[in-house]
Amino acid sequence: MTYVIALPCVDVKDKACIDECPVDCIYEGERSLYIHPDECVDCGACEPVCPVEAIFYEDDLPDEWQDYYKANVEFFDELGSPGGAAKTGMLAFDHPIIAALAPQGDHA
Amino acid sequence: MTIAAPRIAIVGAGPAGIYAADILLGRVPNASIDLFEKLPAPYGLVRYGVAPDHPRIRKITDALHEVLVNPRIRLRCNVEIGRDVEIDELRAAYDGVIVATGADLDVALDIPGIDLPGSFGAADFVAWYDGHPDAPRTWPLAAESVAVLGAGNVALDVTRILARHASTLTHTDTPDAVLDQLAASPLRDVHLFARRGPADVRFSAMELRELAEQEDVDVIVDPDELALDAHAERMVAQFSQRRIIVRTMTEWAALDPASRTASRRIHLHLRQRPVRLLGTDTVTGIEMERTASDELGRMVGTGELLRYDVGAVYRAVGYRSTPVPGMPFDAALGVVPHVEGRVIDADGAPIPRLYATGWIKRGPVGLIGSTKSDAAQTIGHVVDDLESVEREARDDDPIAHLAHAVDLDGWLRIDAAERGAGAERGRERTKIVERDEMLTHAKQEQMMETGR
Repeated sequence: MTYVIALPCVDVKDKACIDECPVDCIYEGERSLYIHPDECVDCGACEPVCPVEAIFYEDDLPDEWQDYYKANVEFFDELGSPGGAAKTGMLAFDHPIIAALAPQGDHA
Repeated sequence: MTIAAPRIAIVGAGPAGIYAADILLGRVPNASIDLFEKLPAPYGLVRYGVAPDHPRIRKITDALHEVLVNPRIRLRCNVEIGRDVEIDELRAAYDGVIVATGADLDVALDIPGIDLPGSFGAADFVAWYDGHPDAPRTWPLAAESVAVLGAGNVALDVTRILARHASTLTHTDTPDAVLDQLAASPLRDVHLFARRGPADVRFSAMELRELAEQEDVDVIVDPDELALDAHAERMVAQFSQRRIIVRTMTEWAALDPASRTASRRIHLHLRQRPVRLLGTDTVTGIEMERTASDELGRMVGTGELLRYDVGAVYRAVGYRSTPVPGMPFDAALGVVPHVEGRVIDADGAPIPRLYATGWIKRGPVGLIGSTKSDAAQTIGHVVDDLESVEREARDDDPIAHLAHAVDLDGWLRIDAAERGAGAERGRERTKIVERDEMLTHAKQEQMMETGR
């Protein structure tokens, strides 16, 4: 069980959530942020600060964004558990679901 | 920077103080920090406020531990401001003093009967079940029916710990004496009261849902109390979290009453505010008034009164801070007067080298993580002042005389003793409650060294 970052974050990456996360488990990809499912402690601090309401508890993901659970989990397949986003810095890739999206929002 | 190697004191080794230390060292890597804590153990609210059945949130201590092992931080637990050292002594000896002592008292609820035996504050109950050294060792759990007042996550914690069967807590770090007392509780019904409607509660969606995920506990909601007025409709349309909360409650309200056969029940009541506690020598009931929202969403009373027979009332209506000796305090707001973390005097002028962060600064709002962004604001000003303010000579190291302080190694010995006691029982940890016992463990190695 974990929190998940969905479509509204893509090409926005406000990062307010990163300042709130008490365990530094929100990692930055090229176009989106991702929550590490094993490092997240389910505290919920990130969810209310997201200005685009991109963060959901896993059970509450809207139907159209169900894939983002998989995206957040699989993003870490190669990385494993680095134990804090400060240790990796920005990661120059995305999950394929996100990489395949057309440019989002005002940046289009 | 005018000061080559700044020396900073942080008072309070809870999340607010530890995040402040981490952020400060990120900005000023050559700073050295003395981190003071009143209790023999660090981690504040994460150790003594997070409920024992939330082990994942407790894991925040792992992240806090990572900060504490930084050699630029000297941990000094079992040191109390006003008893062992004064704020002004710290200001004289350090280039900045950051107070992060949190909020550990219950906000008063001024209604008739609130001082009757059987009326409790959530902060005291939480301190008891979390094994706080200064909490009472026994808790009266004789009531079959109790009321919990509040619409935030602390109210949920209190409700859950009261309603849970103690057998489901044996794998946690809960002290044995607490488990034994919970196991003997005759409780059947918890009435949880929120003053406002379903779209205005302050519960986290996930923690609300947890109420219904306990073994042999039913959550009961009256469908009539869920009706959405115009204000609630707007809130639900606008905020996804409120939508989720209303949906959860609606699902509970729709359950067939015949299926509700658990031995313990949580009755979630909405739109009811407390009027008075009933009883002469002890709490025997509570009188509530039904509320409504006006068109602006403000809560108004309807005059309709309801009575519930309960043997105890727990108020979880907010925390307030304990004043820190030698530091200004706004008693009305229950916080330290400050501008963005710079503590100010009665004339509104900043007091040199004195700062606040966390709940004593902004009040008991937000989740544990919120204290991190808050610390970033305070530290921003600390760093600005270090760069711009000239400093006369500072006093010598003021903590040299604090022989009874528990340092990082001392805390790690307490930690090891707790883990050892837990391992014997197949769990991660069993908390040591007594202060003397903690201090004995902290000093173990030193005593052995002296003995040699």
